[in-house]
Amino acid sequence: MNKIFETPLYPYTRSPDQGCTPVARRRVVIVGAGPVGLAAAIDLAQQGIEAVVLDDNDKVSFGSRAICFAKRQLEILDRLGCGQQMVDKGVVWNLGKVFFGDRKVYEFNLLPEDGHQRPAFINLQQYYFETYLVQRAQQLQSQGAPIELRGQNKVLQVQDQGDHVALRIDTPEGPYDLQADWLIACDGAGSPIRAMMGLDFVGRVFEDNFLIADVIMDAEFPTERWFWFDPPFNKGQSALLHKQPDGVWRIDLQLGWDIDKEQEKQPERVIPRLKAMLGDDVNFQLEWVSIYTFQCRRMEKFRHNRVVFAGDSAHQVSPFGARGANSGLQDADNLVWKLKLVIDGKAPPALLDSYDSERVYGADENILNSSRSTDFITPKSQQSRIFRDAVLDLSEHFAFARPLVNSGRLSLPCTYDGSVLNSADALPQGPARTRPGAPCPDVALENGYLLPQLGNDFVLLCINTPAPEALQVNGIALRPLALSCDPETNTALAQRYLGDAPAAVYLLRPDQHVAARWPSYNETDICAALLRATAQG
Amino acid sequence: MSSLILTPNLDRPDDVYADLLEAHEGLDKAQSDALNARLILVLANHIGDRQIIAEALQAAKQAGQPA
Ligand SMILES: Cc1cc2nc3c(=O)[nH]c(=O)nc-3n(C[C@H](O)[C@H](O)[C@H](O)COP(=O)(O)OP(=O)(O)OC[C@H]3O[C@@H](n4cnc5c(N)ncnc54)[C@H](O)[C@@H]3O)c2cc1C
Repeated sequence: MNKIFETPLYPYTRSPDQGCTPVARRRVVIVGAGPVGLAAAIDLAQQGIEAVVLDDNDKVSFGSRAICFAKRQLEILDRLGCGQQMVDKGVVWNLGKVFFGDRKVYEFNLLPEDGHQRPAFINLQQYYFETYLVQRAQQLQSQGAPIELRGQNKVLQVQDQGDHVALRIDTPEGPYDLQADWLIACDGAGSPIRAMMGLDFVGRVFEDNFLIADVIMDAEFPTERWFWFDPPFNKGQSALLHKQPDGVWRIDLQLGWDIDKEQEKQPERVIPRLKAMLGDDVNFQLEWVSIYTFQCRRMEKFRHNRVVFAGDSAHQVSPFGARGANSGLQDADNLVWKLKLVIDGKAPPALLDSYDSERVYGADENILNSSRSTDFITPKSQQSRIFRDAVLDLSEHFAFARPLVNSGRLSLPCTYDGSVLNSADALPQGPARTRPGAPCPDVALENGYLLPQLGNDFVLLCINTPAPEALQVNGIALRPLALSCDPETNTALAQRYLGDAPAAVYLLRPDQHVAARWPSYNETDICAALLRATAQG
Repeated sequence: MSSLILTPNLDRPDDVYADLLEAHEGLDKAQSDALNARLILVLANHIGDRQIIAEALQAAKQAGQPA
């Protein structure tokens, strides 16, 4: 087995908080050092907010999990200071091919648009993803940022005390108590904290099993996502082949519902299945084999006073579409700036309710997409299979049917239409893709890209109109950024931010989403929009 | 906005009906079901309007119940 699973990354050491009286109080305690908890902690610490991460383990998460990370998540990671490392190690891919039976029915290219610093997707094993996040957290810590990872710290009890949260934590040296001003529960789909608080987690179970095999092989397959419906080597089921770094390939085979999971995991069952798929002459080694079943569900509310749920603890989707970790990172991205303003006393706690409404909206979008993909990939009735096969047959011949083929609608960032933080769109002739609530699309500028210049603070982006001096509204800084745009030479900037308008002013949130936009600069409107975007308007 | 046409609209109804039957001739049940599904998708795309398709679904459902 891969050594990375066995290497402690943040081994247990005794904290001065253990056994101290009175009980120590920390600003933000995060439970769970998975992708989401680590991202939230890094973001907080970068903003100078104390973050203590507790995990009952001290290693990367076990086995085959996430491999596909989307452009928006890479952009978030850029803001967290570790995007480049992920891209350098990851496998960049854009092309997907879809097969039905023994024939290719069509292919798609994910990123036909240029002017983006980051690719549509990279493939990277979750264990690398987590390792790089841990390294980034440790780097920040060594630079004096207020971040700490506590391995082998298992949370046993959580109680919301109104003005703080009380925790009881077990360690190899016995239990201790800790208090937190705020608790972020990133403790995964099985969230013990959710159970401790007696909260529900309802949704839909998909009656199907998938064999996930990560194999090491030297193969001639190209760097593309290959998806099969009803292939000859897995009759009546589906299959996926995808490349990861280090010559590792992800193979995903649908097995159906009535199977013996223990038996199907045995190498003597798995190897013949893989040989049937890859051919007899391909040499491979198994890195990891597991069997998964899928659920789509979410909590009713993600914020419960001082306890906030993020990532898989709050919502779960099927892996088709790579929306799990990807949406969890958007949770962290959405939450941290709001929590910081609340902690700094610059916004009311009600701002956190917009985390709830925006990310519940995002979760519903993800659940809808991933449920529909699952229904297409694994038809649950004879009639749904008939329609599915009809779409696939038609897609080989006619372009109209290709958008109906659903082998996973790959993760795209959510636009928070209708969010209470948005101001009415005052630039209706502007492009729809940058309407209030939308995530900012990247653009290539003369010296670098746009997105690295946005985020962490509120930014006032002024295109073809003079920018004011730096503004402050109720103690919240607004950083101006002026750009000039000749629609003839920078068509991408014009298409993505101006549309038919000659000039535009955008109020952008610290998570790079649009809060408001106007045709020109007007301080009164901008102040009102900023107050609204921080739940004060 | 246009809505679903539920009054006679076929130029030569008997011919169209015969075409439908002819297309299914010699097919077994599975092949016929598959053909119907492809046909529905082709027609749905031609209509291109979700609202009209929803009305058509409603009309088809309703006609399957006693009046
Ligand atoms: C087969 C498969 C393929 C996937 N593919 C993708 C993909 O391609 N792209 C994608 O975006 N997502 C994918 N996912 C989903 C992704 O793996 C998850 O969404 C992601 O790991 C969620 O991160 P998290 O931080 O919320 O939770 P987790 O990663 O589950 O982390 C939770 C952490 O909490 C800790 N913890 C739990 N209880 C306690 C406690 N009491 N005290 C202290 N610590 C505790 C655990 O040790 C763990 O470290 C896939 C998942 C599967 C299973």
